[in-house]
Amino acid sequence: MEQLLFALLSMAAGVGACILYFWGSNRLLDAIYPPRGVRASQNIRRANAIRPWLFLGPAILLLTVYLVYPVINSALLSFYGPSGETYVGVANYSWLFADPGFRESMRNNMLWLIVVPAAATFFGLIAAALTDRIGWGNIAKSLIFMPMAISFIGASVIWKFIYDVRGEDADQIGLLNAIVVALGGEPQAWITLPFWNNFFLMVILIWIQTGFAMVILSAALRGIPEETVEAAVLDGASPLQIFLKIKVPQIWGTIAVVWTTITILVLKVFDIVLAMTNGQWGTQVLANYMFDWMFRGLDFGRSATIALVIMAMVVPIMIWNIREARKET
Amino acid sequence: MSGIAGQRPLLIWVVHLSVVALVLLWTIPTFGLLVSSFRDGDQLSVSGWWTALTSTERNQILRAPAPSEQVREGGQWVIAGNVFDGQAPGEVTRFGFSSRGPSDFAAGETAEMKDEQTLTVAPDGSYRIVSPEEMSGKRGSRIFFTAIEPPRFTLETYREVLFSEGIGRSFINTLTVTIPATIIPILIAAYAAYALAWMTFPGRSLLLAVVVGLLVVPLQMSLIPLLRLYTDIGIGKSYVGIWLAHTGFGLPLAIYLLRNYIRGLPKEIIESARVDGASDFDIFRKIVLPLSFPALASFAIFQFLWVWNDLLVATVFLGNNEDQLVMTGRLRELLGSRGGNWEILTASAFVSIAVPLLVFFSLQRYLVRGLLAGSVK
Repeated sequence: MEQLLFALLSMAAGVGACILYFWGSNRLLDAIYPPRGVRASQNIRRANAIRPWLFLGPAILLLTVYLVYPVINSALLSFYGPSGETYVGVANYSWLFADPGFRESMRNNMLWLIVVPAAATFFGLIAAALTDRIGWGNIAKSLIFMPMAISFIGASVIWKFIYDVRGEDADQIGLLNAIVVALGGEPQAWITLPFWNNFFLMVILIWIQTGFAMVILSAALRGIPEETVEAAVLDGASPLQIFLKIKVPQIWGTIAVVWTTITILVLKVFDIVLAMTNGQWGTQVLANYMFDWMFRGLDFGRSATIALVIMAMVVPIMIWNIREARKET
Repeated sequence: MSGIAGQRPLLIWVVHLSVVALVLLWTIPTFGLLVSSFRDGDQLSVSGWWTALTSTERNQILRAPAPSEQVREGGQWVIAGNVFDGQAPGEVTRFGFSSRGPSDFAAGETAEMKDEQTLTVAPDGSYRIVSPEEMSGKRGSRIFFTAIEPPRFTLETYREVLFSEGIGRSFINTLTVTIPATIIPILIAAYAAYALAWMTFPGRSLLLAVVVGLLVVPLQMSLIPLLRLYTDIGIGKSYVGIWLAHTGFGLPLAIYLLRNYIRGLPKEIIESARVDGASDFDIFRKIVLPLSFPALASFAIFQFLWVWNDLLVATVFLGNNEDQLVMTGRLRELLGSRGGNWEILTASAFVSIAVPLLVFFSLQRYLVRGLLAGSVK
C-alpha cells in the first residue's frame, strides 16, 4: 500500500513537473517576447519560431534516449565482446551465421512469419464478414476480440492447460488430449512434439490476434460503397462471389496494414516461447534467443547482434510505413 | 446487405452456426481457465474441467489407525472408522487392501486379509477391520478405495495465491508500474502531437517521419543499451526507471495517434482562435485538449493494457524480489516452480487477466476507435 502511495505521489510529481514545464516555459517565452508594444509583430514571429520546440522538447528527448540512441548503440555493440568493452570486429557476425541455435531460430521465425499473419488475417476476415451479417454480431465480435486483452503469459497458461497430457490410463485433463482420446487416438505431449510443437505455440498468437484483424477488417468492409455491391447483386452474383470478387479486392490496402502489423508483432514474439518451452524442443525464436544470450549467456555483443537481425527484418516495413504516411500528409 | 442473406434462409443459418463455432473456439480456452480456478485442487488434477459439474471418481489410499487403537467386541478385535474422516463425504464403489489389487472388492463385500483378518468398507465409507486374535504391529494396514465424490468448488485457491503465493503483492507491484506509465506519456505526447499537427516549423515532416519510423522499432534493440545506461547513471532497477522506459517506448504510438486525431479537428476553430490573439499554448490547453478526449482515452487504454501485460520490459528493468516482481513475472515463475499445480496456475492467471478484461469490456469502444486510427504498431 505504501508503495502504491509512492507510485501515486510520483505520478502526481511527474505530471506536475510536466505541467510546470509546459506552463513555465511558455510563460517565460511570452515574457521574453511580449506580443505587444512597439516590436509586437517581430516578437510574435520569434515566439512562434521557438514555441514548437518547447512543445516538442520532452518528447524529442525521451525518443532520443529510449529509441534512437539505443538503435545506434546496439549497432555499435554488435562489434564488441561480451561485456561491450573490447572491440572484436565482425566476430559476432561470423559466430551468428555458424551458430545452430541461430539457424533454428531463423527457421522458426520464418515459419511464424508465414503462418501467424496469414492465419490471423484469414480468420479475422472470415469473422468480420460473418459477424457483420447477424443481429448479435457485436457480442460475437466482442468475445472473439477478448483475447487481445490477455497477456501473452496469461494466454500461455491458458493454452498450456489445454495441451496438458496425462498417462494413457488416466483421464486427460487437457482439452486437446481429451478430444484426441475421445476420438480414439493416443494422448500426445504436444509441446515437445518435434517440429509440430511450433504450430501449437503459433496457435496462441493467432488466437490473440484474430480479434485485432477482425475489428480492422470489419470497419473496412463496412466502408465499401454500397453501389458496387448493389450492382453485383443486380447482376446475380452469389454472396460468396460478392465477397471474394467485389469486397475483398476493395480492402486489399487494409489487409496489407493488418498483415504488416501482425508481422511486426510476430518478430517481437518472446513471452509465449519463454513461457511454453523456453526455446527447448526445437522451438527457439530470435527474440527469445536474444533474451537468452542477454540474461543467461551474459554476452551483450552477441545479444545485440541478434537484436540487429530482428531490426533488419523490420526495416522494409518501416520504410513502407513512412512512405504511406508521407503520401497522406 | 442483410437482404441478400435474407433471401436464403439456409445461408443465414450457416452464418449463425459458423459464428457460434468461432465464438466457442475463441472463448472456451479462457472459460476453461475460469472454471478450473474455482475447482477443488484434488478433483482438478484427475478430471477435465468440462466434467466439473459431474461427480468425480478418485482413487485414494488411507492408512487405518495402528493396532494399539483396537477395541474388543465380543470375541473379536476391531478397528473401525470412516474413510472420509476429515474430508467431504462421498460414495465408495470399490476397495482393496494391497497395491496389487486396489479395487478387488465391491463396497460392502468382506475382504480376507492375512492372519484371518477381514476388512469391510461400506458404500458410505465406514470400514471395519476384524480379527479373531489381538492384532500386533506398529502401523495400521492400508486401505485402498475408489470413491465417487460430488463436485466441489472452492475459493480457497484464490486465498492461497493472493496471500501465500505472492500474487497479491505482485498485483500491487503491477499497479505501481502501470498507473504512472500510463499517465505520464499522455501529456508529453499531446503537446508534441499538437506541434506536429498545427504549428509550422522547419523539419516538421522529417520529425513526423521519424516518429512513424520509430513506431516499429523492436524493443529488443533498446534493452541492452538502456540497461547499461541505467547502471552507469545509477538508476539501476527501480520504478522510476521502468516508468520512463515505458514512457519512451509508448511515445511513438501516442504521438502518432494523437497527431492524427488533432490534425482532424476543424481548422476553423483553431484559426479563429489564433485571429482572436490566443497563443498556441492557450489554444492547446483550452480547445484542443478537451476536444481530444476520445483519442487520449484510446491511447490510455492501449498503454494500460500493454504495460499491464508486459513481461519483457519488467524482467529487464525491475528486480526479481518481492518488492518489484510484477504479476506477469510471477506467473512465469509459477509456471516453472508449480508447473503441475493447475489450481494455483489457473487462479493466478485469472487474477492477472481479470483487470485487463474488465478494462477491455468496459472501454471497448475507445479501444476499437484507437485501433482503427493507429493500426501501424
